[in-house]
Amino acid sequence: MTDSRIEGWGRTAVQGKELQPDNLEQTPPVLFRGLGRSYGDSSLPPSANPVVVNTTRANRMLAFDGSTGLLRAEAGLSLLDLNRTLLPRGWFVPVTPGTQFVTLGGAVAADVHGKNHHVDGCFGAHVRRLKMRVADGRVLECGPDLERELFLATVGGMGLTGQILEVEFPMVRIPTPWIWQESERVSDIDEYVEKLKEAAPKWPMTVGWIDCLTPGKHMGRGILMKGRWAHSHEAPSRFPSEPPNVAFPIEAPEWLLNPLSIRAFNFAFYWKHLPRTMSGIVSPFSFFWPLDFVKGWNRMYGRRGFTQYQCVLPNEAGPGAARRFLDVLTRRGGASFLCVIKDCGPESAALLSFPRPGISVALDIAIRNDTQALVDELNEHVLKEGGRIYLAKDTFTRPEHFHAMEPRLPRFLEVREKWDPQHRFRSAQSVRLFGDAP
Amino acid sequence: MKRVAVLGATRGMGRALARRFAERGDFVAVLGRGDDEVKRSVADLEARGVPGTRVVGVPCDLEQPESFKPALEAAEQRLDGLDTVVVTAGAFATQEQLERDPALAAKVLTVDFANTVLFCEEARKKLLMRGGGTLCAFSSVAGDRGRSPVVMYGAAKAGLSAYLEGLDHKYRREGLVTVCVKPGFVRTGMTDGLKTPPFAGEPEDVAQVVLEAIDAGTPVVYAPPVWRAVMTAIKAMPRFVMRRVKF
Ligand SMILES: Cc1cc2nc3c(=O)[nH]c(=O)nc-3n(C[C@H](O)[C@H](O)[C@H](O)COP(=O)(O)OP(=O)(O)OC[C@H]3O[C@@H](n4cnc5c(N)ncnc54)[C@H](O)[C@@H]3O)c2cc1C
Ligand SMILES: NC(=O)c1ccc[n+]([C@@H]2O[C@H](COP(=O)([O-])OP(=O)(O)OC[C@H]3O[C@@H](n4cnc5c(N)ncnc54)[C@H](OP(=O)(O)O)[C@@H]3O)[C@@H](O)[C@H]2O)c1
Repeated sequence: MTDSRIEGWGRTAVQGKELQPDNLEQTPPVLFRGLGRSYGDSSLPPSANPVVVNTTRANRMLAFDGSTGLLRAEAGLSLLDLNRTLLPRGWFVPVTPGTQFVTLGGAVAADVHGKNHHVDGCFGAHVRRLKMRVADGRVLECGPDLERELFLATVGGMGLTGQILEVEFPMVRIPTPWIWQESERVSDIDEYVEKLKEAAPKWPMTVGWIDCLTPGKHMGRGILMKGRWAHSHEAPSRFPSEPPNVAFPIEAPEWLLNPLSIRAFNFAFYWKHLPRTMSGIVSPFSFFWPLDFVKGWNRMYGRRGFTQYQCVLPNEAGPGAARRFLDVLTRRGGASFLCVIKDCGPESAALLSFPRPGISVALDIAIRNDTQALVDELNEHVLKEGGRIYLAKDTFTRPEHFHAMEPRLPRFLEVREKWDPQHRFRSAQSVRLFGDAP
Repeated sequence: MKRVAVLGATRGMGRALARRFAERGDFVAVLGRGDDEVKRSVADLEARGVPGTRVVGVPCDLEQPESFKPALEAAEQRLDGLDTVVVTAGAFATQEQLERDPALAAKVLTVDFANTVLFCEEARKKLLMRGGGTLCAFSSVAGDRGRSPVVMYGAAKAGLSAYLEGLDHKYRREGLVTVCVKPGFVRTGMTDGLKTPPFAGEPEDVAQVVLEAIDAGTPVVYAPPVWRAVMTAIKAMPRFVMRRVKF
């Protein structure tokens, strides 16, 4: 098989071989990847041995208990497939990220979080069992009460501890497949953060978008969304129809996203929400996965692609942390199309899990010549605030910054060393950040 | 509601099609080799199927013709009847591999033609004995015209297509409906590593097209449907042009 371009979602790429076997039990001991929705280089193979196994053909459900919701499935099963099958029957995943194009293996390896993080934690917190193949070829099971150390390093471990073959976790019963949503226009970042915290005890799901271009008094004005599953007396009796998806037609030219067009988008988004608060029933598709409507929207960023910068600013950083972050960003003129802000609940026991109590900020940044400098500056700021970044989104962080942000890292590397002393499972990201041989 | 036996349901287009059957409440027998693979596919169909759908696993190996009759019998018995039989199982190798390795060539030719026909013969007898039913087999666009990248594989599929057409002419009035599926290039394990041509399809799209064809009793179906037009053009090409182009 000839080499081809293997891309992360932000379009950083390596030339290599992407195997896509039917059977995950017969694969070489190399990195696994799912649907490649991590933005940076986490799912890309190292350049010197550029072979990666795509798991998406291993997509069988292996057991589903219709009374408890306990599901066991092959690691390449996507949330899209899962929701299509089980949402109509009243079951939902315990945690979903902002896209359905994610595999179970990817959800575990990045320990993904969703709008319910402040209540339910990350995906990994719900996992009962993983079936894995480790570096010496053994296939074994692990979980919170079995090979716990391996389990805690694998959840959030970005594929570096071994190959996840199967995942077992309980699906959650929902009253209807519809969402009751209340959304609110908020006039600046401080008010936004306050409202987010206020909403946390009352709403199981919260998230919001802010405008991070407008400086000064209105900096960080935005829309805060709060939701819960609708009760049967408020919801339509029909099943919400899956929206037709349109494909982003072209690889956009670089000028498409410029400060002016981004500003116009942010302006429109804010003022579309004319009344201060709105509420009502919405479909789970628009509530959870609004970006899934447009297939291949990453092409909007053109050939050079983009990166997502996501960090968490811990509660210990004190009030105003979000504003200080935006100050740094706007001073640099870092224009972002999307800026998503959400509060995080307690930290997981998983060794490299991203969220911790505080405020998570995520920005999409088109790659330009100064992107490295921008990320460096943001990282230095986040480091000062005691925060950290999310590996599943990262392309530009320097190892010294990451090491300084992650006091948990030595522990993770120690466990990894024990299970994979030769670093068979390594990625372009682990070469960049953990000093693995390319 | 149908009672369907699928040989080849463990992977690829057969897996996708078996899911469609189970999801709408049809009973499905997974015919295949390798206990574990069959078991896992049965579990998948059970989990995805409408609650109450019956799914069973039955051993059957396309390389072993003596397994055909007992497999169909077991399927009939365990599903309390049988009205539809689907064969997606098949083998593929590139023309280069087949030219290099006569043993492999013998296997592919036997599995894709002789044994598939023998399996269909058992299915024909079983269905006719029950008063009729639908027999759906996966041939290929590769059987529509002799082409240089698929000389032998295409020949086996051409034979299979001809057999299926004959069957349709002979037995439709007795209640045996034959559906010959001609997939174009579809992204499955079978084509993994091959260069993807234009108009490549996904197994899920093929499954939908084939499900409709089985329900309607369409004798020949191209999947994805655009391949009908592609093949019309290829069939119309004069030989001297065909000889020159590389497909
Ligand atoms: C539009 C969009 C919205 C998103 N929203 C969120 C969000 O709200 N919250 C959030 O947490 N994330 C979010 N993400 C990120 C995404 O959820 C994660 O990157 C996730 O890991 C992607 O899953 P994947 O199957 O595509 O994995 P890939 O991107 O293919 O791989 C991600 C990592 O998992 C490893 N991996 C994958 N499968 C296996 C396996 N079977 N065994 C071992 N390792 C494996 C890979 O090696 C890699 O390190 C979003 C991404 C997009 C594009
Ligand atoms: N994919 C294409 O582009 C394409 C194009 C034209 C025609 N076709 C034809 O369409 C059919 C399905 O193809 P596909 O792409 O879905 O193939 P696939 O993904 O390779 O799946 C083949 C299926 O057949 C089974 N099988 C193979 N040999 C068998 C044997 N000896 N006994 C029992 N089962 C056996 C396999 O079971 P195991 O799990 O046991 O291996 C598997 O379930 C084939 O006939 C193929 O020739 C395919």
